[in-house]
Amino acid sequence: MPTYSLNLNGKTQTVDVSEDTPLLWVLRDQLDLVGTKFGCGIGQCGACTVHIDGNAARSCSMPISQLAGKAITTIEGLSHDGSHPVQQAWKEVDVPQCGYCQAGQIMTASAFLAKNASPSSEEIKNAMHGNICRCSAYNRIHKAVEVAADKLV
Amino acid sequence: MSTSKIAFSRRGFIRTSTLASGGILIGFNLFNSCKPNAKPPVDLAQLDYKDFNAFIKIAENGAVTIFSPNPEIGQGVKTAMPMLIAEELDVAWNNVYVVQGDLDTVNYQRQVAGGSQSIRFGWEPLRQTGATARQMLVNAAAARWGVDASECTTHEGVITNAKGETLGYGEVVADAAVLEVPENVSLKDSKDFKIIGTDATNVDMDKIITGKPLFGLDYKTEGMVYASVLRPPAFGQTLESYDDTAARASENVIDIIKFDNKIAVLAKDTWSAMKAKKALVAQWKADEELESTEDHDKILLALLEGNDVDVLRADGDVKKAFAQADKILERTYEAPFLPHNCMEPMNFFAHVTPEKIFLVGPIQTPQGTAAGIAASLGRKPEEVHLKMTRMGGGFGRRLYGDFAVEAATISNISKKPVKVVFSREDDMTDGIYRPASKYKIRASIKDGQITGYHLTEAAINGNMYGLIPNFFPAGAIENYQVDAANYQSKITTGAWRAPYTNFLAFAEQSFFDELADELQIDRVQMRLDLLQKVKGTTDDRIQYSPERLEGVIKMAVEKSGWGNKPDHIYQGFSAYYCHNSHVAEVADVVMENGEPVVKKVTCVIDCGIVVNPLGARNQAEGGVVDGIGHAMYGDFTFKNGVPSSKNFDTYRLIRMKEAPLVETHFIQNNLAPTGLGEPTLPPAGAAVANALKAATGNRFLKQPFTKQYELMNNTKKEILG
Repeated sequence: MPTYSLNLNGKTQTVDVSEDTPLLWVLRDQLDLVGTKFGCGIGQCGACTVHIDGNAARSCSMPISQLAGKAITTIEGLSHDGSHPVQQAWKEVDVPQCGYCQAGQIMTASAFLAKNASPSSEEIKNAMHGNICRCSAYNRIHKAVEVAADKLV
Repeated sequence: MSTSKIAFSRRGFIRTSTLASGGILIGFNLFNSCKPNAKPPVDLAQLDYKDFNAFIKIAENGAVTIFSPNPEIGQGVKTAMPMLIAEELDVAWNNVYVVQGDLDTVNYQRQVAGGSQSIRFGWEPLRQTGATARQMLVNAAAARWGVDASECTTHEGVITNAKGETLGYGEVVADAAVLEVPENVSLKDSKDFKIIGTDATNVDMDKIITGKPLFGLDYKTEGMVYASVLRPPAFGQTLESYDDTAARASENVIDIIKFDNKIAVLAKDTWSAMKAKKALVAQWKADEELESTEDHDKILLALLEGNDVDVLRADGDVKKAFAQADKILERTYEAPFLPHNCMEPMNFFAHVTPEKIFLVGPIQTPQGTAAGIAASLGRKPEEVHLKMTRMGGGFGRRLYGDFAVEAATISNISKKPVKVVFSREDDMTDGIYRPASKYKIRASIKDGQITGYHLTEAAINGNMYGLIPNFFPAGAIENYQVDAANYQSKITTGAWRAPYTNFLAFAEQSFFDELADELQIDRVQMRLDLLQKVKGTTDDRIQYSPERLEGVIKMAVEKSGWGNKPDHIYQGFSAYYCHNSHVAEVADVVMENGEPVVKKVTCVIDCGIVVNPLGARNQAEGGVVDGIGHAMYGDFTFKNGVPSSKNFDTYRLIRMKEAPLVETHFIQNNLAPTGLGEPTLPPAGAAVANALKAATGNRFLKQPFTKQYELMNNTKKEILG
C-alpha cells in the first residue's frame, strides 16, 4: 500500500493506506483521532467536517491521495484545551444534546467565522445549513455562532 | 401530584464501605429504587455490593463523584439525575464529578433505560439517597464533637455545629462509613433547593467540544476487526447464494462469514470492510410477494372501514350519537414509515471467548440485550459483560439490540473481537421503523354540541398501547370510542420518539381545528369547554389533568399573542398530554414570496419542577423542531420491499434554515417532575398544519406536508421553515 504524508494539526503524520481511503477513516481508524465523526459517507450531513487549508471540508468524501501539501485541522487540533472561541461559545450556550454532530458543527462554524467575523443571521443560517443536527438543537447552534462571533471581534 | 414512593427501606438498598484509597463509597440500587413497584431482586439480608448499580464516592479531600449507570442518549439524564443526589447531599455542583457507570461489569445486569421516565421515577429515591448520605456524614461529625446531630447544619460539603466549628465531608467520611444507615431522613422543601432548578451544563461538554472518544463508534481495542454486513435489500427476502471471490481479494479483508441470512465482511479497518462488502455478489429470493406502500395504503384504508377492530375504550353509545346527529365531521389522517436516523449509525463491539462475552456500545436496553445474546449463543447470563457508551442519538432505535446480536454472532463464529459498523445506507434501509399508520376520526354534532367522537387506528404491525386511548379528549365527550386494527408486515417496526402519539396528536389536534370551525366557536375556547367536563372525573384511566392542560393552554394564548397578531402572521394552535406532561404550542406562519414559512413556535410545558432548566429548554426546542421536520419532510416508502431512500441525499431531515425559533415557557409549580424527552414533539405537527391552513387555505391531512403541497399545487414549491 502506498505511504502518504499528512500535514495534520501542525504535525507531519505518515500512513500506509490504499489511495481511495477517505481522510475520515484515516483519522479515525489509523490515527485514533475519533473526534471527526462518521455520519453519512456522502458529504450530506457534515458530521465529518474538518478544515483543509482553512476551509471547511467533508473528510468522508476526501480521498487521502488528494491531500498532499494541504494543511488539515481536525476538532482535536482546533485548540489544545477547548479554548477556541467557538468551542467556548458552544459550552456557554450548552448546545449539545446527544453531542455526536457537534464537532462537525464547530468545525463548520469556525471556518465560517474566520472569514466573516460579524455575520448576519441569514449568513449564519446559510453557513450552517449543510450540517444536520438530528436532535434539532438548531436554535442553540445559531445562538452559539453569534456568541462566538462576539468573542472573535 | 404524582410522586413515586420508594418501596424498600434504605437500610437494605443503601450500603456504605470505606475505600482502600481513602474515602467512602455509598452504593444504592438505582434500577430498583426508581421502579416503585419492583420486587426486591435478592434477599435483603444477603444484599452485596454487586447488587448495587449506582454509587456516590466521597474522597477524603471532599471531592464527590457520582457514578451514573443510566444510558445517555442526549436526553440529559446523565446531568439531571446526579443533580437530584447532589441537592440533598448538599454539595456544590461545581465540585461534583459525574462518571458514566463503569464498575464491576456484574452490576450492569440491573440497568434501566427509561423513555421520558428517568426523572419522574428517580425524583424521590435519588433525593432520599443524597439525604441519607448527608445525614450519615452529619451523624459522624456530631459524634466526633459529642453534640446532637440536630444542632448541625450543612452547606456545600461543610458541616457546622452550634459553636460554629466546622468539619468538611472528607474529614468525616471514614467515620461515616461504619455508621448505621439512618432510616428517617427528611427531604428539603422545594424553596430551599440550591441545585434543582438551576442551569447545569451538559456533564460531557468538554469531551464533546474537543472530540474525545465518547461514543460507541469511538471504541477501539487491541486486535479488533471491523465488520460490514450485507443484509437482504428488500424486507421479505432470503439469501439464495453468493459469490465472495472479489470481496475476498479486496484489500485488508480478513474473512467473510455467512450467518443468519446475512454476509459479514471482516477487515482490518472500517473503510476496507465497507468497500469489500460492495464487491459481494448475492442472489436473494422471496417466497411471498414483496410489500409496497401502495398496497399498505389500500390495506390500512380498508381496515379503517372494516369491523375487524379491537375496542380500546368505549363510553356511552357512539352509534346512537351518530344516528341522531345534525351533522357529522369525518377526516382521515395518514402517516408514513419513518427511519430514526440517529446521527451515529448503529454499531456494537463484541468479543466472545470461552470464558465470557464482552460487549461494548450504545444501547438503550443493556439488560435485555445481554440476556438475549446469552440465550442466542447458549451461554449463561452471568457470562455476559456489557459496557455502555454515550449514544449519538436514540429516538427509540437503540431500544433494539439487533446490531449487538450481530456483533456477538460474528465474534462467536470468527473467534475475534469484532466491531459491527452500519453504513448510513445500512442504518436507513435495515431499520426498525416508526410504523405507517392512518387515523379516521368522526365527530357527531347535535344542537351545536359535540355529542360523539369515534377514532379508529389502522397501523402496521401494532396498535397504540397502555393508557393512550384515554388521553384527551377521552372523558370530555359522552359518547366516545377508540378502535384499533393492524396489518402484520415483514417490514420491521418499533418505537420512534413518542410512539403512536407522534402522529395521533397531529390527527386529533388537526381535527379539533376543523371541529371548531364546524361549531363556529373559537378553537381555544372549544378545548377549554371540553376540559371543564373532565374536571373532577373519577375515571382512573384518565391520567391527564384538565387543570394542568388548561394551564398550559392559557399561558400559550398569553405568550404567543394568540388572536392579537398582525394580519400577516397566521397562527395554529395545538395542545396535548403524553408521557405524563402537558404541552401547548402555537405556530406562527408568514407568507414570503407566495410560500408559507414557519417563523416561530411558542411552547408552554407543565412537567412539574424543572430539574435542569438549561437542559430542559434544549429538549423542548429539539422536540418541537424534530416534530415539525418530520411532519413537513419525513417521507419513507417501500416498493417491493425496498426502502425509497438510503441516505441523506434523498431522505430529507430538517436543517438550520427550516428550523423556526422556539420560545419555551414552563409552568412554575412544586409538583414532582414528569417526562420531557418526548412530550413537546407530538403537538408540533398540528400547530404547524393548523397555521398552514390559516395561511394557505390548504388543510394538510397527510404527512409529509411538502409532498401534499407539491401535489396540491402541481409544482416543486415547498413549505419552508
